[in-house]
Amino acid sequence: MPSKRKLLQTALIALIYIAVWEAASLLVGKELLLPSPLSTLSRLAVLLTKGESWLFSGLTLLRIMSGYLLGVLSGVLLAMFTARSRFAEALLSPLRAIVKASPVTSFILLALLWLSSDMVPLFISFLMVVPMVWTATAEAIVQTDPRLVEMGKMFGLNRWQIVKKIYVPSVLPQFLAACTTSLGFAWKSGVAAEIIALPQQSIGYKLYQSKLRIETVDLFAWTLMIVALSMLLEWLLIKGMRRIRSDA
Amino acid sequence: MRDVILLKNLSKSYNGHAVLSGFSAEIPLCGVTLIRGASGAGKTTLFRLLLGLEQPDAGEILGLEHRKPAVVFQEDRLLPWATALENVALGSDEARADAVLNRLGLCESMCQLPRELSGGMKRRVAIARALAFGGDILFLDEPFTGLDEENKRIAANAMLEANVPILVITHDDAEAELFGEYCEIVID
Repeated sequence: MPSKRKLLQTALIALIYIAVWEAASLLVGKELLLPSPLSTLSRLAVLLTKGESWLFSGLTLLRIMSGYLLGVLSGVLLAMFTARSRFAEALLSPLRAIVKASPVTSFILLALLWLSSDMVPLFISFLMVVPMVWTATAEAIVQTDPRLVEMGKMFGLNRWQIVKKIYVPSVLPQFLAACTTSLGFAWKSGVAAEIIALPQQSIGYKLYQSKLRIETVDLFAWTLMIVALSMLLEWLLIKGMRRIRSDA
Repeated sequence: MRDVILLKNLSKSYNGHAVLSGFSAEIPLCGVTLIRGASGAGKTTLFRLLLGLEQPDAGEILGLEHRKPAVVFQEDRLLPWATALENVALGSDEARADAVLNRLGLCESMCQLPRELSGGMKRRVAIARALAFGGDILFLDEPFTGLDEENKRIAANAMLEANVPILVITHDDAEAELFGEYCEIVID
């Protein structure tokens, strides 16, 4: 449980940000350009009372998290493969480099040609996560102390026990760090993909509609929703990781 | 099974540099045998060949088939994320690991991670791991590094109590004396 002092500090920081936002909004003086925190939060409160908002947020979450989880799984499998085989690393590393270096928009536009609009955000989140998890996990596998592996073999551990007792704890810190970092990327790129691909029931679609109708308050309210969901996911992930670390 | 380990014309090179060249010897499979030699003479290489961690370029080793070695490596090689007890229980079980750690005077440190232990304590955990493993031959590479006199004596007695053949690499005559009687193999 966070201490009272910590909660007070968080509340104070939030108040400072809201005050700066309010001041900037007053300074600009046009809700169309920069809505005030009050009107944004009121609009968000209205959105939260609508079943549609929950459905759209849930579907956005489902698309992005499916891509994220598939990306993590594929990243780990590719890392295991390329860490074991130099040929596999030489063969697959150009693909990784291309995905890393290409602008996400190029992939979104390509994915629009290949996939249905519902699948584009999933694919893009997947694509952002794979190279990050793959690189970090493969590096951690390669860096695992070979002397510990040798020791494990001498003390009668079989292949599975060596993976469980030596490789997994050795790789875990870098893997978990990559999972946290890539979650933010998956979320941002997934919503960006929704804005371009426009699946009918999505936060991205709502953002696009707000922009089209110049409803800046709505734009801010939906953005706030995205930020809140992203922070919630990151909090859940970190909580889960602490559990994994203490169990490992 | 043979009662000696037979080393026949062993050769091993690394990057063209011969570490062992046509080395032959007989190591008795009883009591304590010291492997001696100047620094760089190939003691650790011989140790690794005996353990099967490396293969000789030429020659053969006979008499170690079907034997289960328990090893204290030159480095401690403890799992940094595991407690002393978990490290020792790696190749055995917790009850046995607990007993050996107690025997080596580490009952207070069982739940500590390696980073929380002193150099000497880590060395004793590495020794405890080999003793708890219950091998039928003990391979010890500089086993007493970092131990004080009292703990050297306790560890040597615990090793002798295992009642299995012991092969030791050591530079130190005083450490060799801890084992009482021993044979000696010198690598030039």
